[in-house]
Parts: sequence; C-alpha cells; structure tokens
Amino acid sequence: MNNPDETGAGKDRDWSVVLDDGVAKTNEPVSSATASTGAPTRRHEPHEPPRTQMPEKLYEKRKAVHNKRIDGPFRRFKWFVMFVTLAIYYLTPWIRWDRGPFAPDQAVLVDLANRRFYMFGIEIWPHEFYFVAGLLIMAGIGLFLVTSAVGRAWCGYACPQTVWTDLFQHIDRFVDGDRNARARLDKAPWGPKKIARRSFKWSIYLLISLATGGAWILYFADAPTLFTDFFTGQAAPVAYATVGILTLTTFTLGGFMREQVCIYMCPWPRIQTAMLDEKSLIVTYKDWRGEPRGSLKKAKKDPEHYGDCIDCNQCVAVCPTGIDIREGPQIGCITCALCIDACDRVMKDIGRPRGLIDYATLEACREEAQGHPAQPAWKALLRPRTFVYFGVWGGIGVALLFALGTRSHTDLTVSPDRNPPYMLLSDGSVRNSYTLKLRNMESRPREMEVSVEGLPGARMWTDTINAREAAPSITFNVPADQIRTVRAYVMAPSNTTSREFTFRLTSLDEQRETDTVETRFDAPAGGS
Amino acid sequence: MANKRIDEATNTETVGHEWDGIEELNTPLPRWWLWTFYLTIIFAIVYVVLYPAWPMIEKATDGVLGWSSRGELAEEMRLADQAQVGFREQLARVPIERLPDDSELMARAVAGGRAAFQVNCSQCHGSGGAGDQKLGYPNLNDDAWLWGGDLKAIEYTIVHGVRWAEDDQTRQSVMPPFEGAFDEAQLGAVVDHVLSLSGKAQPNAAGAQIFADNCAACHGPQGKGGREFGAPNLSDAIWLRGGDRADLRRQILGPRMGVMPAWGERLDPVTIKMLAAYVHSLGGGEDFVEVADNPEVEVDEQP
Repeated sequence: MNNPDETGAGKDRDWSVVLDDGVAKTNEPVSSATASTGAPTRRHEPHEPPRTQMPEKLYEKRKAVHNKRIDGPFRRFKWFVMFVTLAIYYLTPWIRWDRGPFAPDQAVLVDLANRRFYMFGIEIWPHEFYFVAGLLIMAGIGLFLVTSAVGRAWCGYACPQTVWTDLFQHIDRFVDGDRNARARLDKAPWGPKKIARRSFKWSIYLLISLATGGAWILYFADAPTLFTDFFTGQAAPVAYATVGILTLTTFTLGGFMREQVCIYMCPWPRIQTAMLDEKSLIVTYKDWRGEPRGSLKKAKKDPEHYGDCIDCNQCVAVCPTGIDIREGPQIGCITCALCIDACDRVMKDIGRPRGLIDYATLEACREEAQGHPAQPAWKALLRPRTFVYFGVWGGIGVALLFALGTRSHTDLTVSPDRNPPYMLLSDGSVRNSYTLKLRNMESRPREMEVSVEGLPGARMWTDTINAREAAPSITFNVPADQIRTVRAYVMAPSNTTSREFTFRLTSLDEQRETDTVETRFDAPAGGS
Repeated sequence: MANKRIDEATNTETVGHEWDGIEELNTPLPRWWLWTFYLTIIFAIVYVVLYPAWPMIEKATDGVLGWSSRGELAEEMRLADQAQVGFREQLARVPIERLPDDSELMARAVAGGRAAFQVNCSQCHGSGGAGDQKLGYPNLNDDAWLWGGDLKAIEYTIVHGVRWAEDDQTRQSVMPPFEGAFDEAQLGAVVDHVLSLSGKAQPNAAGAQIFADNCAACHGPQGKGGREFGAPNLSDAIWLRGGDRADLRRQILGPRMGVMPAWGERLDPVTIKMLAAYVHSLGGGEDFVEVADNPEVEVDEQP
C-alpha cells in the first residue's frame, strides 16, 4: 500500500490543470484575459489530460447527435463532394467500354473468376498486380499529402463513412424535421405516430443500404446480367451474402453508429493525429479572439471584457459529430467545416468579422494572436513537407504510368523437362522437352512465332505437330487474352554439347513484340 | 492479499495486489468484448449440435447436419466423375485412328493418360516414360519402336502386353540364346559387325557372314529390325539394353527379353485409349501410314 496519491504533495494537487513549462494547460477554455501571453495557443500542445477527466468506464453511452441544417460555402462543397462520390460509386459499374468480342465490355470490372482487372483502357493480369499495389501506395501517400496540407479533409468530405452519415442525416431531417423536432421525437414515448415515423425512416435507410451493398457486387461481374440475375434469384450465393453483409453494415454504421465509427473504431483519425503538425490546416476556434465568451447583451453592456464569441452554440448545433470545436482540436472533429459556415453567418448577423472559427494552422493562430496580420489559408499548403509528399506521390504515379505505357502484351515462360533431362533419338541426335507458356494479353487472337536461337542445327516440334515437320521456328495461334501452354520438343544434332540457348517469342502482327527466355539444353556429351 | 480499495483518480476498484507500490485496477471488460465472448459461446454450442465435435473412440460424434469431411470429399469426387462422363463417352465412340483429328479431345485424352500413366506404368517405364536401360524397360520418349509407334500399335501393345502368356494375342517374339554357338573370335566378329551397322566399328566379312546366317532372319540383312517380330533396329543409336561390346555379347549369348502385362483386362478401353494418346504424345509418336486416309474408318456417332 504505497499509493503516491495518498501521501505527500500529490494529495493536494489539482489534477484539472497540468503545469508544463510554467504554463497551465487544461481542457477548460482558457481566457486570454487571464492567462499569460501565448497560453491560448499553447494549450493545443500535447499534454496529459487531467486525471479527473478520464472516463470512468471504457464504454460511454452514445448521445444522439441532431445536427442543425446550415447553408454556406463549405456545406455547398460538401453537397458537391457527396453527389460526386455517390455518383461514382453507384454508376461506375454501368459504364460500358468496348474491348472487342473477346473481352467484357464493362468499363470497371474486377473479374475474379478469370483473374483479370479491367479499368477503362487498362487491363491488369494477376502477375501485374504491382500496379494495384502501386495505386494503394499512392492512395496511402495521397492521404499523407492531404493530411499534412489540409488536415483531416478526407474525414470531413470524402470518407464513405462521412458521406453516408451525411446522407442518412439528410434523411433524418427530411422525415423528422430539423434539430429540435428530432430531439423532441427522440424523447417522445413510443406510440403509433412515432412507430410509423421510425419505420418509414428506417425503411429508407434500408433501401439506401441495399443499394449500397448491391452496387458493390456489380463491380465483380457484368452489371446488367448480375442485376437481373440478382432479382430473379439466379445469382451466386456469395453475391447474396455480400449484399446482405454490406447492407447490414451500411444500415448500422451509417444509420446508427455514425460518429462513433470515427471516434472509436476507425484507426485513421489516430494516425492522422500523429501526422498533423502546427503547420497543417485544421478547423480551429480562435479563442484569443473569442474568449471570454458572453451573450450579445452582456457584450454590449461591457465590451471591454468580452471577446467575439457570443456563446450562441450554433457551431455545436450544426456539428455532425456533436462536438464543441471551442474545446480545441479533438479526435471527434472530422474538419467538415460546417461550424465555420454557422459561425460566419452569426458573425455577419452581429456585424463582426468572419473567421472566428476558421481553417488555420496552429502556427498562424499563434502569430495572429500576437498581432501579426492574418495569412491566407492557402499559404499553409506551400511548405517542404507537402512538396516532398507530392513529389513522392507524383513520382510513383509517373513510374506507374511509364510502366503501363511500356509494358509488353506478350510473354513467354519456359520450363525444361527434368525427367528425362535429354533423349537420344534413333539417328543419334539429342532431344530435350520444354513446356512453353505463350501469353497473349491483347483482347484478340494473335499469331506468335517461337524460334530457337543459339543452338546450331536445332529444330523443334510439339506434341501436336509431327516430328517430320520439325522446323527451327513454329507459329502458334494464341487465343485472345489467354495463355497457351505448348509442349515443345527441341532436337539438335548428335555432336551437340550441353549449353544455354534462347527461345524467342515474336508476335506476328504490326507490334512485333518479342520476349526471350534463356534456358538449358542437356546432352549426353558434357561441357556447358 | 485482499486489500481492495477504490482508486481515487479513476474511481475504479483495484484488484488488491501491490508490487513495489504499483497496483492494478480492476477495470471491467468493455461491453462489446463481453458480448462477443457470449456470442462465441453460443456459436460453440450451436456448432457442437450441428457438426461432428466430441472425439469418441472410432470417430467423433455425428452432428445433426450429418456433415463429415470424408462425405464432402466423396461428394466432390462423385461430381468430378460425373463431369468426366461426357468426355469418356465421346472418347469411347471415337476410333483411335480418328482421335488426332479432334485436337481438343486429343489434348484431354493426353492429360487423362498422363494421370493413368503415373498410376499404372511409371513403376517400370519411369515417371517421365524414359524407361531403364539396365533393366530393359523401353524408353517411350524416343522414336524407336519395337512394335510400332502409331496410336493403334501402341494401343494394341497396351491391351495385349508383350510376351504375356495369359493373352493369346500378346506381342510375341523370342531371340534364341547363342551360348556355345560361337567361339570367341566369331562372337567378336559379329559384335563388331553389329556395331558397324551404326558406324561404331569397322565392318568385317566374317561378322557379316555370321550375321546373315543367324541374325538377318529377324533383324533384317541391314540390321534394321522388324516390327512384325518385335526385332530391334540394330543400326540406330538406341539400345534397349546398352550399346557397348560387353552389353552386346551378353545379349547375344543369353538374351533377356522383357515382359509387359496385358492391360486389356485390368483397364477399361477408354483409359487405354488415353494412355496410348499420352505415350504417343511423348515426342516419338508416329503417324498412321495407311489408315489415316482410309475412308472406311469413320467416327461412330452413336454410343
């Protein structure tokens, strides 16, 4: 029993304030009138939160968020992003793309059964999966880039969780009315009217969820065919299972869990928190300007003592995750900037300059607090870190494009028979057998010529061509978009010794693509 | 031990242990964790009822669903066999002379023959069909055939075997032993003559005379062999039982002759057809000389 809290100085310590470098840091709003210079922005620096603020339980019951309707430039931008992203998701599988008679005509198709990935003019084979890996790396570094430049913009605008939550919140508003009406209905006892309203709303949820789950599977098969099959009960069981699971997750994650996903489940906010620095744009409340807050009436009476914040709580009311931005940057803030719209509107109404809540970097905040003129937000983008990320991101992109442009649509692999390694023929010549794989990545059948180089006097034939027709090169017809496997026999005169030689594959069309493979010819006479 | 108290800072009970002033909080499990745990228990109970679960002496308890991995395998094998039925029927109808005309059917027959070869033939001929010179198992990859290398000849050999006493249509040939028939000089001369046929030694008149008297009846005057007798070609580069002098002497004095069982009674005709196609595809297969263009050999479309 030696708890330091029980004895000594710790007993009297006020845990709600953490002293660090002589500056009190608390999670309470700090008034610039009472704290020392620099304190308002320094409170954003990381510090251990006071112990008394720790949740008593790991599970906190969710408080429903009823966000108020707001209009403004950021809300309009959010509408725009929402329409674009949803349109991309729901409509992409229906876009057609003509690839000729030997390939599917769906523009974006992940054909798992045939192991092909189609994206408009690009077709990826399994062995080219590094293109997909490269895209994923680009997506990762793209998030670094976005985060270091504009903070959690992904969370605020483009993340599916955000988009669908936004959609469902609009449904809430459409069915149940705005913030106050929804809060009232929440509190109201269950009766026929509430049951009717809720079941109507939840059926809309379910329809959207079904469309979301249903659209997913269309990326993996021909959309029109699968669509009819799905509703006539002829689709594969896995299609129904996938739609079922995705409908369920959309329904629960978008309809009910919403901001909890961001706060408790998603790792990305935590990673982003680590990637943000004092030069990243975040949605921030300029407390040095707003504090101490007070109602408009009080502020009019005593303008000297009050800041610009009139404590109207509009920023809290419109927040889709139900946080108070005035408490500083926090894990629940997805930086959707709706509070900026709300605050700017209020500031306009009461005749004070906009931007009490605004996109700003912590560094800019500090400078502004010290009386320097405000920097335009876009200047925060111009700094080495964003340029480095952009350079890496762009470099990978250019490399991928280069690889895509120069890749060959022809490929040859050779595996020599090891049992037996060589074979004597009755005229004394030596024969080796090889399994050749001729890959045709064009969506049309092609003639390809396989020839033997570096083996004097060699002639070849196959298991379907007679030995009497053996020749130094053979032409094969390789079907569209397929690999043709050929068992080839190569015969060399009796005095041939073991050596390396080369198979050369040439496509007999205007492209004349070639591929060479060096392999070994074994013979009873030694040497190499 | 039990020195539980409420921790002031977190308002949580401690578990009552203390090591050098460090205590452990008795934090309750998160609710989602607890519910997941309960769900796994329910899942386990349902699983035990539905699927084989409790190990008994012979096997595990049968689940209500009656599922077993053996049963699943048997079902999959049955389905695989079923999928083969059409192909086998088609193959049964096609006379072997017409098999090469249908390249897709031929390719499937070769693939099926490869599997059957590994099971039935590789014990002697080797998994690559390369045979064994010491033991006298013929190499099936080369272009030397004792009994003929077209599809029909290969099929006949497989069906009836070689020197297989129980089959009266078997491939039959005997080379008499010449033990005591030649003296040392004569033996040397005939060995030289045989080697000279493939250019490995100088021809000599004595050897040629002995060869003409004793060997040419089966092996032919030029030593080209004869397929009607299964007599090997002595003028090519391929030797069934070795091609140096010692090997030849041994084979002349006391010939060893291989035996191959007749597979006609053990394997069904379709499998034999597939085996013939596979052996034919190994690189030495010969075309039909006269039947290929014979209009009388037609595909029987009726089963």
